[in-house]
Amino acid sequence: MSKWSILTKGIIKENPTLVLVLGTCPSLAVTTSVSNAIGMGLATTFVLLMSNMLISSLKSVIPNKVRIPAFIVIIATFVSIVDLILQGFVPVLAASLGIFIPLIVVNCIVLGRAEAFASKNSVLDSILDGIGMGIGFTFALTIIAAFRELLGSGSILGHKLFDGALVFVLAPGAFFVMGFVIAIVGYLKREKN
Amino acid sequence: MKNKELLNMLVSLTLIAVVAALALAACYNLTKAPIEQSKRSKQQAALQQVLPGFTGETREMKFLPIDGKDSLSVFLAYENERWVGVAVNSYTDKGFSGRFTVMVGFDTTGKITGTEVLEMNETPGLGDNIKKEKSDFSKQFDGKIIEAKTLSVKKDGGDIDAITAATISSRAYCDAVNRAHDMFLLAKKEVNYE
Repeated sequence: MSKWSILTKGIIKENPTLVLVLGTCPSLAVTTSVSNAIGMGLATTFVLLMSNMLISSLKSVIPNKVRIPAFIVIIATFVSIVDLILQGFVPVLAASLGIFIPLIVVNCIVLGRAEAFASKNSVLDSILDGIGMGIGFTFALTIIAAFRELLGSGSILGHKLFDGALVFVLAPGAFFVMGFVIAIVGYLKREKN
Repeated sequence: MKNKELLNMLVSLTLIAVVAALALAACYNLTKAPIEQSKRSKQQAALQQVLPGFTGETREMKFLPIDGKDSLSVFLAYENERWVGVAVNSYTDKGFSGRFTVMVGFDTTGKITGTEVLEMNETPGLGDNIKKEKSDFSKQFDGKIIEAKTLSVKKDGGDIDAITAATISSRAYCDAVNRAHDMFLLAKKEVNYE
């Protein structure tokens, strides 16, 4: 696989949220506004990049039987670092993302990429994979959030235009929008093939 | 062979954990000051909101409410050595999505001078309308004097208009303000005693 396709496969072809359907909990929970979605996406991208890089460079040192605990410790460390940095320097974002930042630890995308990709591939490939998957996750969250913010609160990036339909702000609307986006991406992918 | 494998696992996991702990300790030290700074400035901004026009010094005290488990902070406000009011960092556990904290200001007679939400996770679009930016709900409390009858929403026989489709959040807000008033009475006793 070429370097370019490793980087770009996470964006549409193997998009973590819309095609692999991993990490649905944050995708449903934080997509009430576009700014939240972008913040969450970038935080997860950072964690993915760092954990993929470290795990792939340590893959020959970590004994196979304890690899999962080792991965979790590494991921949890980076998540805590992101949490502290956000609280210290971007308190507004930290307040609106709240509990979902610490919960990146249990985001299946991060552990999934560590297990499925970083522990089997070179450091450079793992970095590219981490960035690609992170961008894909951010992209998916932003699309879902843009629909939900527009339909639910009637605003774009916090600028109010009209009164929206509340259901899109609440959990059912999250499922509706995510389902439709997954369906559209699936249709486009099939058309292309 | 078995022992060597076990040792290998122990050593590598321990090493990873130690390095992780060191990295976290370094990061914690680095971010400690900014985190405290941002908490302080948030509190300061809220004080300005609930005690309009106040520019003097505050003295912090902790009181334990009768019905609660956690003590809360009470700020006695002094201007030129004269006691001018109290700001209470109150909370409620009756919200729709867990605890939320509300700062409530009182003048010396117990009249509410302002209320401001500090932290909350109420449903976006419904419960979070109690925030000052989103609706006039919290303005209803300004100027109210709590006497024998505590504040409650109209549904419960009180005189606060609840937010449409967010009665639980509105009730919880009243609960937080009432708790703040209890603390005001305690603080007032303390001031008179001195």
